Amino acid sequence: MTLVTNEARIVADPDVPTITITREFESTPDKVFRCWTEQDLVERWLGPDGTVTRIDEWVCETGGRYRYATEVEGQEVAAFYGSFHEVRPSSRIVQTFTWGGAPDGVSLETATFEELPGGRTQVTLLSVVDSMEAQRAMMSSGMEVGINDGFAKLDAMLESL
Amino acid sequence: MVEQAEQLNRVFAALADPTRRDMVARLASGDATVTELAAPYDVSLQAVSKHLKVLEDAGLVRRSKDAQRRPVHLDAEVFDLMTKWIERYRREAEERFRRIDRLLEELDHKQQKPTRKGKAS
Repeated sequence: MTLVTNEARIVADPDVPTITITREFESTPDKVFRCWTEQDLVERWLGPDGTVTRIDEWVCETGGRYRYATEVEGQEVAAFYGSFHEVRPSSRIVQTFTWGGAPDGVSLETATFEELPGGRTQVTLLSVVDSMEAQRAMMSSGMEVGINDGFAKLDAMLESL
Repeated sequence: MVEQAEQLNRVFAALADPTRRDMVARLASGDATVTELAAPYDVSLQAVSKHLKVLEDAGLVRRSKDAQRRPVHLDAEVFDLMTKWIERYRREAEERFRRIDRLLEELDHKQQKPTRKGKAS
Protein backbone atom coordinates (compact mmCIF):
# COMPACT_ATOMS: atom_id res chain seq x y z
CA MET A 1 0.00 0.00 0.00
CA THR A 2 1.26 3.42 -0.87
CA LEU A 3 -0.18 6.69 0.29
CA VAL A 4 -1.15 8.95 -2.59
CA THR A 5 0.76 12.20 -2.44
CA ASN A 6 0.80 14.23 -5.61
CA GLU A 7 3.72 16.63 -5.63
CA ALA A 8 4.70 18.83 -8.54
CA ARG A 9 7.93 17.85 -10.26
CA ILE A 10 9.98 20.38 -12.17
CA VAL A 11 12.83 20.17 -14.66
CA ALA A 12 14.68 23.20 -16.01
CA ASP A 13 16.56 21.95 -19.06
CA PRO A 14 20.20 23.13 -18.93
CA ASP A 15 20.57 23.15 -22.75
CA VAL A 16 17.33 24.61 -24.10
CA PRO A 17 15.20 27.39 -22.56
CA THR A 18 12.34 25.24 -21.31
CA ILE A 19 10.77 24.50 -17.97
CA THR A 20 8.65 21.38 -17.52
CA ILE A 21 6.31 20.83 -14.59
CA THR A 22 4.37 17.60 -14.07
CA ARG A 23 1.62 16.98 -11.54
CA GLU A 24 -0.97 14.25 -11.00
CA PHE A 25 -4.57 14.91 -9.97
CA GLU A 26 -7.17 12.68 -8.33
CA SER A 27 -9.77 13.36 -10.99
CA THR A 28 -10.56 12.61 -14.61
CA PRO A 29 -9.03 14.63 -17.49
CA ASP A 30 -12.36 16.28 -18.38
CA LYS A 31 -12.67 17.79 -14.90
CA VAL A 32 -9.02 18.82 -14.64
CA PHE A 33 -9.37 20.40 -18.07
CA ARG A 34 -12.38 22.40 -16.82
CA CYS A 35 -10.20 23.87 -14.04
CA TRP A 36 -7.88 25.17 -16.76
CA THR A 37 -10.51 26.49 -19.14
CA GLU A 38 -13.63 27.75 -17.29
CA GLN A 39 -13.17 31.34 -16.18
CA ASP A 40 -14.89 31.05 -12.78
CA LEU A 41 -12.74 28.02 -11.93
CA VAL A 42 -9.48 29.50 -13.25
CA GLU A 43 -9.99 32.60 -11.09
CA ARG A 44 -9.96 30.44 -8.02
CA TRP A 45 -6.51 28.94 -8.36
CA LEU A 46 -4.37 31.04 -10.70
CA GLY A 47 -1.82 33.38 -9.11
CA PRO A 48 0.26 33.02 -5.94
CA ASP A 49 -1.25 32.47 -2.48
CA GLY A 50 -2.53 35.68 -0.92
CA THR A 51 -3.42 37.29 -4.25
CA VAL A 52 -6.64 37.73 -6.20
CA THR A 53 -6.81 36.96 -9.91
CA ARG A 54 -9.05 39.33 -11.86
CA ILE A 55 -9.81 38.00 -15.33
CA ASP A 56 -10.64 40.83 -17.74
CA GLU A 57 -10.97 38.78 -20.90
CA TRP A 58 -11.30 35.02 -21.36
CA VAL A 59 -12.05 33.48 -24.74
CA CYS A 60 -10.76 29.98 -24.14
CA GLU A 61 -11.05 28.40 -27.59
CA THR A 62 -8.72 27.76 -30.53
CA GLY A 63 -7.80 31.23 -31.82
CA GLY A 64 -9.07 32.86 -28.62
CA ARG A 65 -7.34 35.19 -26.15
CA TYR A 66 -7.07 36.10 -22.49
CA ARG A 67 -6.08 38.96 -20.23
CA TYR A 68 -5.89 38.95 -16.43
CA ALA A 69 -4.36 40.84 -13.53
CA THR A 70 -3.04 39.84 -10.12
CA GLU A 71 -4.27 41.96 -7.22
CA VAL A 72 -2.98 42.26 -3.69
CA GLU A 73 -5.37 44.04 -1.29
CA GLY A 74 -7.28 45.54 -4.20
CA GLN A 75 -4.12 46.87 -5.90
CA GLU A 76 -3.05 45.53 -9.28
CA VAL A 77 0.53 44.23 -9.00
CA ALA A 78 0.92 42.47 -12.35
CA ALA A 79 -0.99 41.92 -15.59
CA PHE A 80 -0.70 39.14 -18.16
CA TYR A 81 -2.11 38.41 -21.60
CA GLY A 82 -1.83 36.00 -24.49
CA SER A 83 -3.56 34.00 -27.20
CA PHE A 84 -5.01 30.52 -27.18
CA HIS A 85 -3.37 28.79 -30.13
CA GLU A 86 -5.21 25.53 -29.62
CA VAL A 87 -7.77 24.33 -27.08
CA ARG A 88 -8.39 20.61 -27.59
CA PRO A 89 -11.07 19.38 -25.17
CA SER A 90 -9.79 17.31 -22.24
CA SER A 91 -6.37 16.78 -23.76
CA ARG A 92 -4.32 19.83 -24.74
CA ILE A 93 -4.03 23.63 -24.48
CA VAL A 94 -1.39 25.64 -26.37
CA GLN A 95 -1.16 29.33 -25.54
CA THR A 96 1.21 32.28 -25.58
CA PHE A 97 1.96 34.11 -22.34
CA THR A 98 3.28 37.63 -21.77
CA TRP A 99 3.81 39.60 -18.57
CA GLY A 100 2.66 43.18 -19.22
CA GLY A 101 5.82 44.49 -17.50
CA ALA A 102 8.01 43.00 -20.25
CA PRO A 103 5.88 43.13 -23.41
CA ASP A 104 8.76 42.01 -25.67
CA GLY A 105 8.97 38.73 -23.81
CA VAL A 106 6.64 35.91 -24.79
CA SER A 107 6.60 32.27 -23.84
CA LEU A 108 4.79 29.37 -25.45
CA GLU A 109 2.92 27.23 -22.93
CA THR A 110 1.65 23.74 -23.69
CA ALA A 111 -0.54 21.93 -21.16
CA THR A 112 -1.15 18.23 -21.78
CA PHE A 113 -3.79 16.22 -19.90
CA GLU A 114 -3.27 12.46 -19.85
CA GLU A 115 -5.60 9.92 -18.33
CA LEU A 116 -4.05 7.63 -15.71
CA PRO A 117 -5.53 4.38 -14.40
CA GLY A 118 -8.14 4.82 -11.67
CA GLY A 119 -9.73 7.95 -13.10
CA ARG A 120 -6.67 10.05 -12.40
CA THR A 121 -4.90 12.61 -14.60
CA GLN A 122 -1.32 13.62 -15.25
CA VAL A 123 -0.82 17.22 -16.32
CA THR A 124 2.41 18.24 -18.06
CA LEU A 125 3.15 21.95 -18.43
CA LEU A 126 5.89 22.83 -20.89
CA SER A 127 7.08 26.45 -21.08
CA VAL A 128 9.34 27.50 -23.93
CA VAL A 129 10.88 30.93 -23.32
CA ASP A 130 13.07 32.95 -25.69
CA SER A 131 16.44 32.63 -23.95
CA MET A 132 18.30 30.83 -21.19
CA GLU A 133 18.33 34.19 -19.37
CA ALA A 134 14.55 34.30 -19.55
CA GLN A 135 14.37 30.75 -18.20
CA ARG A 136 16.40 31.81 -15.15
CA ALA A 137 14.43 35.02 -14.74
CA MET A 138 11.17 33.09 -14.87
CA MET A 139 12.27 30.72 -12.17
CA SER A 140 13.77 33.43 -9.97
CA SER A 141 10.47 35.35 -10.09
CA GLY A 142 9.44 33.24 -7.11
CA MET A 143 12.49 34.33 -5.14
CA GLU A 144 10.80 36.62 -2.66
CA VAL A 145 8.79 33.68 -1.36
CA GLY A 146 10.99 32.58 1.50
CA ILE A 147 11.45 28.85 1.63
CA ASN A 148 14.42 27.06 3.03
CA ASP A 149 14.46 23.46 2.03
CA GLY A 150 18.07 22.55 1.55
CA PHE A 151 19.42 19.73 -0.49
CA ALA A 152 16.56 17.33 -0.99
CA LYS A 153 15.31 18.50 -4.37
CA LEU A 154 18.66 18.72 -6.11
CA ASP A 155 17.58 15.51 -7.81
CA ALA A 156 15.09 17.45 -9.93
CA MET A 157 17.89 19.55 -11.40
CA LEU A 158 20.41 16.75 -11.60
CA GLU A 159 18.00 14.52 -13.46
CA SER A 160 18.23 16.94 -16.36
CA LEU A 161 22.01 17.30 -16.28
CA MET B 1 19.54 38.99 -3.83
CA VAL B 2 21.16 40.48 -6.97
CA GLU B 3 24.46 38.82 -6.07
CA GLN B 4 22.67 35.51 -5.64
CA ALA B 5 20.99 35.89 -9.02
CA GLU B 6 24.34 36.66 -10.67
CA GLN B 7 25.96 33.66 -9.09
CA LEU B 8 23.09 31.49 -10.26
CA ASN B 9 23.55 32.80 -13.78
CA ARG B 10 27.21 31.77 -13.66
CA VAL B 11 26.28 28.36 -12.28
CA PHE B 12 23.74 27.71 -15.01
CA ALA B 13 26.13 28.95 -17.70
CA ALA B 14 28.89 26.72 -16.31
CA LEU B 15 26.59 23.69 -16.29
CA ALA B 16 25.31 24.37 -19.81
CA ASP B 17 28.36 22.51 -21.17
CA PRO B 18 28.18 18.68 -21.25
CA THR B 19 31.90 18.19 -20.50
CA ARG B 20 31.68 20.42 -17.46
CA ARG B 21 28.55 18.64 -16.28
CA ASP B 22 30.39 15.35 -16.60
CA MET B 23 33.33 16.74 -14.61
CA VAL B 24 30.94 17.88 -11.86
CA ALA B 25 29.26 14.48 -11.79
CA ARG B 26 32.64 12.78 -11.39
CA LEU B 27 33.77 15.18 -8.68
CA ALA B 28 30.59 14.37 -6.77
CA SER B 29 32.11 10.97 -5.95
CA GLY B 30 35.40 12.46 -4.72
CA ASP B 31 38.21 14.97 -5.26
CA ALA B 32 40.44 14.54 -8.32
CA THR B 33 43.51 16.15 -9.84
CA VAL B 34 43.41 17.93 -13.19
CA THR B 35 45.27 15.01 -14.79
CA GLU B 36 42.77 12.53 -13.37
CA LEU B 37 39.87 14.67 -14.54
CA ALA B 38 41.33 14.99 -18.04
CA ALA B 39 41.94 11.24 -18.49
CA PRO B 40 38.60 10.20 -20.06
CA TYR B 41 38.43 13.12 -22.52
CA ASP B 42 40.08 13.43 -25.88
CA VAL B 43 41.17 17.02 -25.19
CA SER B 44 44.30 18.78 -23.96
CA LEU B 45 45.06 19.40 -20.29
CA GLN B 46 44.83 23.07 -21.17
CA ALA B 47 41.22 22.68 -22.36
CA VAL B 48 40.34 20.84 -19.16
CA SER B 49 41.95 23.62 -17.13
CA LYS B 50 39.80 26.14 -18.99
CA HIS B 51 36.66 24.20 -18.11
CA LEU B 52 37.81 24.05 -14.48
CA LYS B 53 38.33 27.81 -14.47
CA VAL B 54 34.70 28.32 -15.53
CA LEU B 55 33.49 25.95 -12.80
CA GLU B 56 35.74 27.73 -10.28
CA ASP B 57 34.42 31.17 -11.24
CA ALA B 58 30.88 29.90 -10.78
CA GLY B 59 31.84 28.74 -7.30
CA LEU B 60 31.11 25.12 -8.16
CA VAL B 61 34.60 23.80 -7.45
CA ARG B 62 37.58 24.78 -5.34
CA ARG B 63 41.27 23.88 -5.67
CA SER B 64 43.58 23.78 -2.69
CA LYS B 65 46.40 26.26 -3.18
CA ASP B 66 49.23 24.67 -1.23
CA ALA B 67 49.15 20.94 -1.90
CA GLN B 68 51.32 19.78 -4.77
CA ARG B 69 48.55 17.69 -6.33
CA ARG B 70 46.08 20.57 -6.05
CA PRO B 71 43.05 18.30 -6.08
CA VAL B 72 39.76 19.74 -7.29
CA HIS B 73 36.93 19.73 -4.77
CA LEU B 74 33.21 20.08 -5.51
CA ASP B 75 31.65 22.89 -3.49
CA ALA B 76 28.19 21.78 -2.37
CA GLU B 77 27.03 25.17 -1.10
CA VAL B 78 26.37 26.49 -4.60
CA PHE B 79 24.20 23.49 -5.37
CA ASP B 80 22.32 24.26 -2.19
CA LEU B 81 21.58 27.78 -3.44
CA MET B 82 20.46 26.48 -6.82
CA THR B 83 18.30 23.83 -5.18
CA LYS B 84 16.54 26.34 -2.94
CA TRP B 85 15.85 28.51 -5.93
CA ILE B 86 14.31 25.72 -7.98
CA GLU B 87 12.39 24.51 -4.94
CA ARG B 88 10.81 27.94 -4.43
CA TYR B 89 9.52 27.94 -7.98
CA ARG B 90 8.21 24.41 -7.61
CA ARG B 91 6.49 25.30 -4.34
CA GLU B 92 4.67 28.20 -5.98
CA ALA B 93 3.37 25.87 -8.66
CA GLU B 94 2.46 23.29 -6.02
CA GLU B 95 0.41 25.90 -4.10
CA ARG B 96 -1.69 26.48 -7.21
CA PHE B 97 -2.13 22.76 -7.81
CA ARG B 98 -3.37 22.24 -4.21
CA ARG B 99 -6.10 24.77 -4.95
CA ILE B 100 -7.02 22.78 -8.05
CA ASP B 101 -7.17 19.62 -5.88
CA ARG B 102 -9.80 21.34 -3.70
CA LEU B 103 -11.70 22.59 -6.77
CA LEU B 104 -11.80 19.08 -8.19
CA GLU B 105 -13.22 17.74 -4.91
CA GLU B 106 -15.98 20.33 -5.18
CA LEU B 107 -16.69 19.43 -8.80
CA ASP B 108 -16.99 15.76 -7.82
CA HIS B 109 -19.54 16.63 -5.09
CA LYS B 110 -21.57 18.85 -7.40
CA GLN B 111 -21.70 16.12 -10.00
CA GLN B 112 -22.93 13.52 -7.51
CA LYS B 113 -25.81 15.64 -6.10
CA PRO B 114 -27.76 16.31 -9.32
CA THR B 115 -27.41 12.64 -10.30
CA ARG B 116 -29.07 11.53 -7.05
CA LYS B 117 -31.82 14.13 -7.42
CA GLY B 118 -32.39 13.03 -11.00
CA LYS B 119 -32.85 9.44 -9.91
CA ALA B 120 -35.24 10.39 -7.08
CA SER B 121 -37.60 12.49 -9.16
